[in-house]
Amino acid sequence: MTSTIDMHCRPATGTPADAYTLGPLQSGPSCCDPEPLIRVENLSLSYDNKPALAGVTLDIYRGCITALIGPSGCGKTSFLSSLNRLTDLIPGCEVEGRILINRQDARAPDLDVQTLRRQVGMIFQKPNPFPLSIRRNLEMPLREHGVRNRSELCDRLERTLTDVGLWDEVKDRLDTPALALSGGQQQRLCLARALALEPSVLLMDEPCSALDPLSSAVVEDLIQRLRGRYTVVIVTHNLAQARRIANYAGFFWVRERAGTLIEFGRCQQIFEEPAHDLTAAYVSGARG
Amino acid sequence: MAKYGLFSMTITSNLDRFMTLAIWSAALLVAAAFLWLLGDVLWHGAAHLSWSFLTEAPENAGRSGGIGPILVSTLMILAVAVAAAVPLGLATAVWLTEFIRPGSSFGRLVGLSLDVLAGVPSIVLGLFGNAFFCVYLGLGFSILAGGLTLACMVLPIFIRTAEAGLRAVPADWRNGAAALGLSRGAALIHILLPAAAPALAAALMLGIGRAMAETAALIYTSGYVDRMPSSLSDSGRALAVHIYDLSMNVAGGDPNAYASALVLITLLIIINSTALWLAENLLQRRIVTA
Repeated sequence: MTSTIDMHCRPATGTPADAYTLGPLQSGPSCCDPEPLIRVENLSLSYDNKPALAGVTLDIYRGCITALIGPSGCGKTSFLSSLNRLTDLIPGCEVEGRILINRQDARAPDLDVQTLRRQVGMIFQKPNPFPLSIRRNLEMPLREHGVRNRSELCDRLERTLTDVGLWDEVKDRLDTPALALSGGQQQRLCLARALALEPSVLLMDEPCSALDPLSSAVVEDLIQRLRGRYTVVIVTHNLAQARRIANYAGFFWVRERAGTLIEFGRCQQIFEEPAHDLTAAYVSGARG
Repeated sequence: MAKYGLFSMTITSNLDRFMTLAIWSAALLVAAAFLWLLGDVLWHGAAHLSWSFLTEAPENAGRSGGIGPILVSTLMILAVAVAAAVPLGLATAVWLTEFIRPGSSFGRLVGLSLDVLAGVPSIVLGLFGNAFFCVYLGLGFSILAGGLTLACMVLPIFIRTAEAGLRAVPADWRNGAAALGLSRGAALIHILLPAAAPALAAALMLGIGRAMAETAALIYTSGYVDRMPSSLSDSGRALAVHIYDLSMNVAGGDPNAYASALVLITLLIIINSTALWLAENLLQRRIVTA
């Protein structure tokens, strides 16, 4: 991953205005070109030879929010972790299939995984700020990626903390422990930490599920505002949330003891006119 | 039903009272044993302690004079042991926790050999040290041979404690660091090692405590010459060996044996508190928890 991915969304021109609007379900900007940034082809994954995910093929579109829904244990998190190759760290985990990110093979053996992970950021279910000060949480990863210039560091610190709406809350206590922040603030700090590295893709694994409803709303709001600037893939168990924020949705289900992608499409279509009976049952609350 | 409930409640509270008493007595007994030991050594040893005792050479087989050279030898042996054991031990602990698959057979083999090594009696290690360091490597009776033998003794306990400390660091931070594209080295230096610092300090203290108190392994390796050592290849008598010698082989050596024991205990307390302070203020300086 040597080339950087253009993060800015190009406005849709030359096509009818509603060609790229994604329906009334969510309020995304019409600029979302349905242009795949990530292409996953026939992805299968197993832990100690026990299949967890089988034959997943889907495209993730640039600048859009893609929600992955489905019951627990159907491989959504495994799918997410294979995109930034966090699965490399799990002993006994085998991945097969193709993952192209910006036309480059993310599974190539000679790929620089650290650069890949810098471009494909990840937010976890449980906020995991490091046991460092707020400032060092943001600066340490930047320094490790070669950003050493003092003013550049300060600049990015302020910019990303402002982006996540945390700047005014913490600007007077940047050198205090990050773990003293509230859960919602910690999660926003983790988001800022990922944004500081200027990724093009953000993977979110149930980012709101460990938060109280108010903090959850703040984080959700924030995810909404990332649309267009970043390509977001979010795993969520909160169907209402998926409906509110996503442009595209993928529905996973367990078949023959392995997670499979049952249906993928525009969020509106998945929720209002699902093609598959399982999807219809799940989104209506009849199953799952 | 109510009667039954009341009955069982009485039993519970009696059991509770008994358990509380037993637990308190156990704690008091342990504290009393330590205080008694300390009091005994203080009572018999304090009178003979003076600045000249700490600096002068022993005379008349240790009955009079001081422990200057012995103190120097002890610290030199300890320094060799720590210098050899800490880097090796830390690297092994990191390897065991961060670099191998949990449950890998080679990792288990290393763990098992550490546990066996930890259980080897010090007299056996002394013989090994003598055969390997003194004779085979040709180091002779020397501070270097003694220190390296002690390092072998300290390694298992140091590695196992450091390993437990590193394992206790939440996996969230490892995953978080990896997801940010940090190298394993960066995660270790910036997060894992500082977060495990108190455990590492505890490991060091356990190791030093064991090394300082060691007698048997040193008799065979660093010897018991009580002159001031001029280099690491000189033989040197450690404090513990000196105490053993005074109390078992020298008639009338008891007062100075007590004074030496007091110095040994004081030294242990000083070194332990320094290690603790270092862990909290240097390694943990950048780690801040709520």
